[in-house]
Amino acid sequence: MKDVICECGHKNPYGTYLCESCGKPLKEEDKKVANMRYEGVARRSQTYSSSIVDKVWNFFSSVKVGIWIIVLLLVSSSLGTIFPQEMYIPPGENATEYYAQEYGIAGQLYYDLGFHNLYSSWWYMLLIAALGISLVIASLDRFVPLYRALKKQRTTRHAAFMRKQRLYGESDTDDSSDEDFDKVRAALKKKRYNVREENGNLLAEKGRFSRWGPYVNHVGLIIFLIGGMLRFFPGMYLDEQVWVREGEREVIAGTGGEYFIENHEFIVDFYDDDAGELFQEAITREEAPVVSNFQTNASLYRQPDDASIGGESDLEHVEDHEIRVNDPFQIDSISLFQVDFKLNELNTFSFGLEDEEGEMVGDVEFTVDLNDPEGFYEFDNGYTIEIMEYFPNFYIDDNGEPTTLNRVPDNPRIIFEVFPPELEPNEDSGELSMVGIQVNESLNDTSHTIRMTDADTIDVTGLTIRRDHTLPIIITGGAIFMVGLVQGSYWHHRRIWLQRKDGRWLIAGHANKNWHALKKDIASVTEGTSLPEPVDQLDSEEEPQKDE
Amino acid sequence: MFEMSSNMLYIAFGLYLLSTICFAVSITGKKFKNKTGEERNKSALFGYVTAVGAVGFSIAYMALRWIAVGHAPVSNMFEYTAALGIAMALAFVILYPIYKNNYLGLFTMPVVMLIIAYASMFPTEAQPLIPALQSEWLYIHVITTVIGQGILAIGFAAGLLYLVRMVDFTKKDKKVKGVEFIMFTLVATVAYVGIVGGFQAAGYEAEFQYINEFEEEATIAYNLPPLVGPNEGELISEQGFDPPILMPEFIVSEDVNTILWSVLGGMVLYLLLRIVLRRPVGGALQPLVRNVNPQTVDEISYRAIAIGFPIFTLGGLIFAMIWAQIAWTRFWGWDPKEVWALITFLFYAAYLHLRLSRGWQGERSAWLCVIGFALIMFNLIFVNLVIAGLHSYA
Repeated sequence: MKDVICECGHKNPYGTYLCESCGKPLKEEDKKVANMRYEGVARRSQTYSSSIVDKVWNFFSSVKVGIWIIVLLLVSSSLGTIFPQEMYIPPGENATEYYAQEYGIAGQLYYDLGFHNLYSSWWYMLLIAALGISLVIASLDRFVPLYRALKKQRTTRHAAFMRKQRLYGESDTDDSSDEDFDKVRAALKKKRYNVREENGNLLAEKGRFSRWGPYVNHVGLIIFLIGGMLRFFPGMYLDEQVWVREGEREVIAGTGGEYFIENHEFIVDFYDDDAGELFQEAITREEAPVVSNFQTNASLYRQPDDASIGGESDLEHVEDHEIRVNDPFQIDSISLFQVDFKLNELNTFSFGLEDEEGEMVGDVEFTVDLNDPEGFYEFDNGYTIEIMEYFPNFYIDDNGEPTTLNRVPDNPRIIFEVFPPELEPNEDSGELSMVGIQVNESLNDTSHTIRMTDADTIDVTGLTIRRDHTLPIIITGGAIFMVGLVQGSYWHHRRIWLQRKDGRWLIAGHANKNWHALKKDIASVTEGTSLPEPVDQLDSEEEPQKDE
Repeated sequence: MFEMSSNMLYIAFGLYLLSTICFAVSITGKKFKNKTGEERNKSALFGYVTAVGAVGFSIAYMALRWIAVGHAPVSNMFEYTAALGIAMALAFVILYPIYKNNYLGLFTMPVVMLIIAYASMFPTEAQPLIPALQSEWLYIHVITTVIGQGILAIGFAAGLLYLVRMVDFTKKDKKVKGVEFIMFTLVATVAYVGIVGGFQAAGYEAEFQYINEFEEEATIAYNLPPLVGPNEGELISEQGFDPPILMPEFIVSEDVNTILWSVLGGMVLYLLLRIVLRRPVGGALQPLVRNVNPQTVDEISYRAIAIGFPIFTLGGLIFAMIWAQIAWTRFWGWDPKEVWALITFLFYAAYLHLRLSRGWQGERSAWLCVIGFALIMFNLIFVNLVIAGLHSYA
């Protein structure tokens, strides 16, 4: 492919539309106004198309393809909001049945198409990846030649270039004077234009850096997307849930057993009559009381370096924090968030023992910690009670065997074995009974009955343990994106060319956007001179310009 | 204090109306010119000054309400929607001096009024904040977003102005139908405000006993006469009558009833307009705007979007992500509101690329501005009220 040599002597790469140096149109067209996009430079994507690499490059460098990717992302994103995503269906519901049950045939179809996990589907990921690739290639394809063209641009432009600018004016008389020229130059400088001169011709330029805005924001977006991708690498992202009962300590996942969190108290506050008269109407409108605060009074403990493994006794107290919604507990790179709670979870049961006559046996009183029950309870009067089996969350499984669903004492059942003084716990078998909430069954021949005398509950806080090492990258990407967006949107690249040809003025102007300001600038700098008022050549056309 | 803030909003509303009238006079009124050829018709200036005053009172409303309730007044549907109207007016007040386009005032001010009137159909009393909203990010995130959307809404007003100016209303093609659909939507909103506001003022309430979606007996109160009733509904109040149609249990019959009233009211109003004007509503407006320079209006709409887009992105996505990280433990969670903010962002990004690289200017660009605004309103109304998510605060 041959270079194209312009009449000004500049060698342009194949595919150039406006000479990089003097701006003379190198391709004939009958449009009144030249297409100034990317300064009419030749882009790689328009030059090569033979190898596979070229084809891929050309595909992704096209803005048309980029827009299609955006539109496809837009449409598919909206599909995911028709019904809730799987992560937002009520906890405990099974997705296989939930969608069909709740939304009928449409729900079933939604589930079958995988739309209940749309945003993590392979094809959605693929679209985002395509967007990333398009951002890189389309930016490179344009940035490099555009940068070169703007750097190389000459002050003196070809007359044909001038004539084909949207703003163009030409004086009828040949009375251009140096005085006017100086006046205009001074006015332009005062407006902080960057003025260059060459052979009595002038180029005034302002805000070129706004041309780099789009490329800067694309770089930011790419960094952002890379940050999002890094989440899938091990160690970058931690998302754990921990339940801590009041008065208890739990290890914080992800700290290698170094840190422990203690829940001193969990608090729920409501807006009530004290909230003030102002809120009364709104509060009475709501059927349920309005919560004003969720809070865990927590303490952080640290395992000293020289401590024996697993020993919780010698933990060092580090600091206290009131964890609230919007106010997480920050521990190095880990944050603890208030996300959930459970009020009045069963904590302890207290029992007494009744003999055959229905009289309470003196001294036999004991309390079972439902989260950590003891095996044996011995009493001074010779009685011994053993816990034979404990089911914190009792149910009968498919085989008809009693078992427990989990370790949470939501429905505790305890099988006690009672040994009166005359029996020897190690040799004899005692009286068996199963006790739970409103349950008290004898399992063999019993003469004593265990009576529940008291039950104690406790509040439990649910905290999310989060560490996200991708955040710094995401923040960097977001910040660069924002800078680029502002740079490209709130500044405008304006250029004014002024030439004298045979004593006549030629004036042309170009702005990448905000023509209004450019027109005002030109009107203001040419005021009181013999310079012609440039015409907006688009105004004279019936239909606004449509490129391509 | 609280009452005073409401009064400020009433005054502002009156001034928006006055500003609309002034701009209308500046366009339709006679052109008085004095000997030096200077324009003596000062009504455009009055229009602008009243608009500035209206924005001043609107800001006073927000400030007083903020002080009275103790948090930024952008925490529920009424407060946010009103803030959107105010933001649009603010954007106009800032943009007007650049372009001095009176037609833009004529198109912007009524939309501002309509948005504020629509807002006041939601419960307007002060509401306490739930824990998730108790953060300074409430006003950082929401106010930035609303300003961004207000500026983008100017893009809509300018786009609509462009379409009314340029579409050929003597034909009966898609474009005419499109513009007429926009007009119908605006008219239906007027009808909604009139009907709901009217019955609210009259204290209308019809109560029904019905069987809800859990097959339990429940009661439901209608604030509009029941055109459709709830599942197996029986009237138990004195006011009201037996509705001709009953809805199945999985539909919120009261919402359907309200929508039905608005659409019917809108249709009646629109038909009346068509009969009186004897041509499409857009076509009737066209002679008013024949002096509009399409290039200028096109540029205004583009500028509004170029200015509004970064602000919207900052507030609606970036600040949103920061707050979501603090309050909800993750910066992004595919909540419907988040997704629709992303969709709005993608849409305007596509708009900018189409405009810059594909030369979509003028009419096509104007249509996109209208669609963009529709997306914003969809995210505000539909996503909040119909699609349940973490953002459903109303």
